[in-house]
Order: sequence, then C-alpha cells, then structure tokens
Amino acid sequence: MRRLLFLLPIILFALLISFLGWRLILIARGDTPDLVPSVMINKPAPEFDLPSLLADKPGLSSKNLQGKVTVINFFASWCVPCRAEHPLLAALKNKGVVLAGIAYKNKRVEAVEWLSKMGDPYNRIALDAEGRTAIDFGVYGVPETYVVDKQGIIRFKQTGPLTPEIVADELLPLLKELNQ
Amino acid sequence: MIPELGHFALILAFCVTLVQSVLPMIGASRRDRAIMDMARPAAIAQFLLIALAFGALIISYVMSDFSVLNVAENSHTSKPLLYKITGVWGNHEGSMLLWVFILAFYGMTVATFGRELPPLLRARTLSVQGMISCGFLAFILFTSNPFLRLNPAPLDGNGLNPILQDPGLAFHPPCLYLGYVGFSIVFSFAIAGLIEGRVDAAWARHVRPWALLAWSFLTLGIAMGSWWAYYTLGWGGWWYWDPVENASFMPWLAGTAFVHSLMVTEKRGSLKSWTVLLAIIAFSLSLLGTFLVRSGTLTSVHSFASDPARGVFILLLLTLAIGGSLIMYAVRAPSLINEDVFAPISREGALLINNLFLCTAAGTVLLGTLYPLIMDALDLGKISVGPPFFNIVFIPLMVPTIAVMAIGPMLQSKRGDLPVALGRLKLAFFAALAAALMTWLATGEATGPLWAAGGIGLATWLFAGTLLHLNERIFLFRIAFTDSLRRARNLPRPVYGMTLAHCGMAVLIIGITGSTAWKTEKIQTMHVNDTVDVAGYALTLKNVDDNVHGPNYIARRATFEATRRGKHVATMRPEKRLYDMPPLPTTDAAIHTNFLGDLYVVIGDDDGKGGYVTRLYYNPLVPWIFIGGVMMAAGGMLSLSGRR
Repeated sequence: MRRLLFLLPIILFALLISFLGWRLILIARGDTPDLVPSVMINKPAPEFDLPSLLADKPGLSSKNLQGKVTVINFFASWCVPCRAEHPLLAALKNKGVVLAGIAYKNKRVEAVEWLSKMGDPYNRIALDAEGRTAIDFGVYGVPETYVVDKQGIIRFKQTGPLTPEIVADELLPLLKELNQ
Repeated sequence: MIPELGHFALILAFCVTLVQSVLPMIGASRRDRAIMDMARPAAIAQFLLIALAFGALIISYVMSDFSVLNVAENSHTSKPLLYKITGVWGNHEGSMLLWVFILAFYGMTVATFGRELPPLLRARTLSVQGMISCGFLAFILFTSNPFLRLNPAPLDGNGLNPILQDPGLAFHPPCLYLGYVGFSIVFSFAIAGLIEGRVDAAWARHVRPWALLAWSFLTLGIAMGSWWAYYTLGWGGWWYWDPVENASFMPWLAGTAFVHSLMVTEKRGSLKSWTVLLAIIAFSLSLLGTFLVRSGTLTSVHSFASDPARGVFILLLLTLAIGGSLIMYAVRAPSLINEDVFAPISREGALLINNLFLCTAAGTVLLGTLYPLIMDALDLGKISVGPPFFNIVFIPLMVPTIAVMAIGPMLQSKRGDLPVALGRLKLAFFAALAAALMTWLATGEATGPLWAAGGIGLATWLFAGTLLHLNERIFLFRIAFTDSLRRARNLPRPVYGMTLAHCGMAVLIIGITGSTAWKTEKIQTMHVNDTVDVAGYALTLKNVDDNVHGPNYIARRATFEATRRGKHVATMRPEKRLYDMPPLPTTDAAIHTNFLGDLYVVIGDDDGKGGYVTRLYYNPLVPWIFIGGVMMAAGGMLSLSGRR
C-alpha cells in the first residue's frame, strides 16, 4: 500500500503527459486550441447607420445588408496588415463580390488619402470614427472581415488580415453557397 | 565568423555535457575518485563554452549582423543599444540560450563553491545537471538554433516588439530564469540523493544555499515582472493569471513549500521523501511551464512564436526528465526512513499543513492553466477560466495558510502546545481585530467591499505575529534593553531572514487588498484645460503634443498637472507611442507615487474634435505589493548569508 502511494506521482504525470502529447498531435493536424470563435457567428448583424466616407459613394447602415450577400471589411489607414490584405479586396471586387468598407477610428482626411493611394475596392464605404459599430460587431482590432448573408445574419468572421488561402478555401466557397 | 564561433562553442558544450553526464556517474558507482572528479572541470568548461556562445550572439546583435536569421527577425539598426542587447533574450531562440546559460551557471557554482560537498554527492549532482544541459542543448541545436544564417541578408531587421523595448527586459527574464532554472540544481541534488539512498540532515544542509538562492531570485523575478506589467500594459493591473505568469508562479509555490520542508529535513531528519518529491515537482513545474509557453498548446500575451515540432521535442525532454525522476522516486523513496517523528501540533506539523496548502494552490493554478485545454478536449467548448476562477479558488486556500504562518513559528519543535502558542499571539489577535475594525469604520461599505477589512486584519495578524515571534527570542520590554540588544545581535541571520520574508508577505497582502478593494478608475474624453477629480486629486490636461520624436518612435505626449487641495503635486506626462519597426503602438503610463498609492494616467486616441480619451486611476497601496516581494526575496538572501 505504501509503495502504491509512491507510484502516485508518476501515474499522474503519465496521464498529464499523454494528454499533452495528444494535444500536440491535434495541433499538428491544424487544430488551434485557443482560437476564439466569434460569438457573433449565426447572429443578426447589429443595428447601425454610418455616414459615408467619400462624397461620391453611399455610406452603410444595417438596412443596406438585407437582400444581398455582403462582405464587410473593417480597416484603417494607420493599420499595416490592412495594406497587406488590400490587393486581395480588389481581387474580390473583380469577382463581383459586394464589398463594404468601414474605416475604423480613422481621421476622414487620412482615410480618404489612403484610399486614393491604395485604390478603393468598396461598393459602399462608411466611417466609424468612434469605433462604436465596431464594438457592436465584436471587432478586436483591424483588419477584420465579416460575411453577412441575405437575411442580414453574420456567417463568417476573419480576425486579422485575409490571406490568399483563406479567400480561396473559405471565403469564396462560402459566398458561392450563400448566393445560391 | 562570430556566429560560427558561437555555434561551434555550443556544439562543443553539447559534447562536454555528454562527458559530464556519463563519466561522473560511472565514477561514482565504481567509487573511482579520478573519474568522478571529471565532473568539475566539465561543468566549468560547459559554462565557459555556453558563455562564449551567448557572447557571440550578443555581439551579433550589437553589430546588427542581419545575415544571422535570429538578429534579422528580432533586431533593427535604429534600436537603442540597451534594447539591442536585451533583445537577445526577447525571442524564443535567444531566451533558450539564456536558459541553458543559467543552467550551466548553476552547475559551475556547484563545481567551484561546492568544495565542502561529499565527492559522491557532488559528482552525481553535476552528472544530473549535465544531463539536463545535454537535453536542452540538443533542443537548441536541433530545433531552435539562434546562429542560423540568412542569405541574402536584409538591409535592416524586423525590429523588437515595442512592449519589450523597456529597461524591464534587462532585469526581469534573467532574474526569473535565475529563479526557476535555479531549481534545476535542487532537482539534481534530489536525484543524486535518491541514487545514493541518502537524504538526511547533511544532504539538506548542502542543498539549502542553492534552494534559497533560487527561491529568492524567483521571488524577485516574479515581483519585477508584475511591476513591469503594471507600468507598461497601461491597464493599472499587476497580475493577470496569464499562462506565462502561472508558469513562474507554480514553481514558486512548490519551491516555497520545498524550502520550508527542507528545514524539517535539516533539523529533524524527517519528511525526507516529501522534501525530495517537492524538489522534483518544483523543477518539473518549471519545465512544464517552458513547454506550455513554447509549444503552442497555450498562448498568452507573452507567447513566443510557437511550433508543434518544438513542442514534441520539449515533451520528449519532459517525459525523460520528469518521468525518469518520478520512477526513480517511486523505486527509491520508500527506503528513505525518517529519523524522527513529530506530533501533529508542532512547528513541523504547522509547516506540513502549510506545505499541503501551498501544493494544493500550485495544483489549482495548474488546473486553471490547463482548464481551457481540458474543456476543449472534452468538447465542452473553447473557454478560458481567467481571473474569476483563480480568485475564487485561490483566496480560500491562502487565508488559512496565512493564519497558520503566524502560529507555526510560535509552536515548539517536535511537540507543541497550541493554547500556549495562541496565548503568545494574543496581542497580534487584538491588533488584527483593531486593524480590521478601523478599516471597516474608515472606509465602510460605501467605498469598498467588506472583505477588505478581513484582508487588512489578516495582514496585521501575520505582521504582528511575526514580530512577536522575533520578540520571543530577544525579550524586548521584558528584560533590560541592553540585554535585548545583545540577544538581538547574537540571533542567527536565518531568524531575521524568516522575519523579513514573513513581514514581506504581510506587506504584500496589504498591497493586494488595497489595490483590489479601493481602486478608483475614470475613463472619459478630455479637452485641453479640462479637469477631472480622482480620489481627491484634481488632474488637469495642460496640453497635448502630437509629434514627440523618440529614438525609434513617434509619440503623442500629454501633460497633466495633478493638484490636491489646490497645491501642486506632480506634473505627469503619459505617452502613446508608435514605433517605427515593427510599427506597433504602445501606451506609456505616467505614474506618480507617494508609497501609499499611485496616481496612474494613460492617454488614448483622439476623437477628431480636439478631445482625447484619457484613463485616470488611483491605485492605493500598489507599491506595497512590490515592496513586499522585494522584502521576501531579501529575507531569503539574508537567511542564505548566515549559517544556522
């Protein structure tokens, strides 16, 4: 009996180590244990009405989301990863995707200047100067991209910049499915 | 050339550790003094070689040699010199090199300062230490080599995360590593003792200096890390129950239990197998922490770039090191016979109770840290338990621990008399009651929660109890003052060390209670010349300069004037910085302290209409947390410096 007590530590450790090992195998298979899924997925997009950023393009409100599949992209001129993903957005527009941009906590002048320099791929473009709408969407930081379906329900969220792989493997197939 | 030299030195060090882990062990089993004594030069050579490698990496950083991948990924020419040097350990590969550097440092101290150690114990200890080094050097050489070249070399590097560009990085990681890597030597002593089958009072006396050294550094390292988080993260918090913090806190809890249990082994020759187990656990938790942080199984604000391949390697190391030592424990520990028994109510009994509380606490922190993984594994959703869990389970465990901390030292060794001990603590009890009552009357429920009074009372109990214990040795006010003074002079230093460390704990509790219960926080948009009142201070936003240039950043600097009852107190200049490379923003809080509390000011974004978001805090008693931590570490050092 006393011997068994001395075996206890090694038994507990064996359990722990097999658990951690199994965990590592899962990670190697591509499971990310701490990726927090958005609580907003499969919930209606929040109510909002944002002014337009540019004089010649409409702004964005929750009413505009009804009836068509919209990709909403939060960006800012001060955000470097946004520069990295910007060409991908232009490519999405060329594929006929309805794209709405929301400039997050940006000065109007700077955002306009940035768009004129980088190219403006958005069908609608709005300014969320205080970041209130972003909070309602559950934005952690920029860039973030959401897909809202025809009923105005959020179906997808990308935290951080889009990558060619994510666009090809996740975003485009989802858009195709939602548009049917 | 220099990186190759470093790389080569590291490979040589690896070869030396092979010799160091095998030969002395063979020598010890054959009782061959000549082979056993190979351990000492090997440990010194290993240390010098790793120091050479470490120096080579530092030189590569200082010279901004971007043909070295690690330098290109983590440094930048515009970085100030201090951060070029400290940036060496601000990344995974470099910090692993620091890890083995400190491991080899401890091996070297045993080889050079351990002249009084019995040759068998020294040879085996150094051999085990060599095995640990061997494993980690292999890890560095095969999966995390800091000396890999990059061709073509970029014109400039990627820069260091701005949060790390702080003097804190110069002290916090080395100090922390001196702490938890220091437990490696205690672990090696434990394994050597198990192999020899001799864990007794002499063994405990030999281990004691290293155990106290490691514990003091770990305490100081955690306190400094907490202080750093407090002033750089800009949220006014000092502890986040983040996996990396837990990784250093778990070995601390186990290590604290160990240094106390070691005392019983040293004085009474009992609790042997328990002491050895704690030595193994303390270092195992350090290793586990290293695994969790670097394998990608958990991520946190501190996280290094993680990689499952590395995870597999560390897991293998963990299995060998911890698994091997626990099997050794299961086989050998039952034959360790305690020389003496003690009654449940005795100083030793109290130490054992505290040991159990500390271990339960360490287990709880481990559970909380792994909880998200377990929940996910059981498919119960991806959740994180966070501070609410830790606060709920941790505080009930700590309250009895603190209560016993004052009683334990008052009890007699071997067989104590509880009523007598409590009688001696009468004064402490009334002091605690008075402090709690006064706190409650002074603040009331309107300004703070009721438990705050309990926290202050508990801290007073510990503080007064510890001082009363000291007085049992010097009889102040009971005998002539000069006699007391003479007795005080003749008291061994460990008594003062314990008094200082336990008082430090009391100060820490006051700090924790005060900062949690009575914190004031105001978040608003302010325009220039607006004034906001925080906890009796009036803070006026004097001006905002949007274009302050630092060495490698541009900052928005606000100037606040703090006044109290119309009198100038301080001018405070919080900054929001945008670094060039990598272009990340940081907040640089302005803190004004008077040691009773901190005024803590953070400047945020502008609203585009001339207003700025500002966060103003009054954090009462926060400095006490860090003072308490430093007192505890100093207590450990003081105890270390004297002989029993």
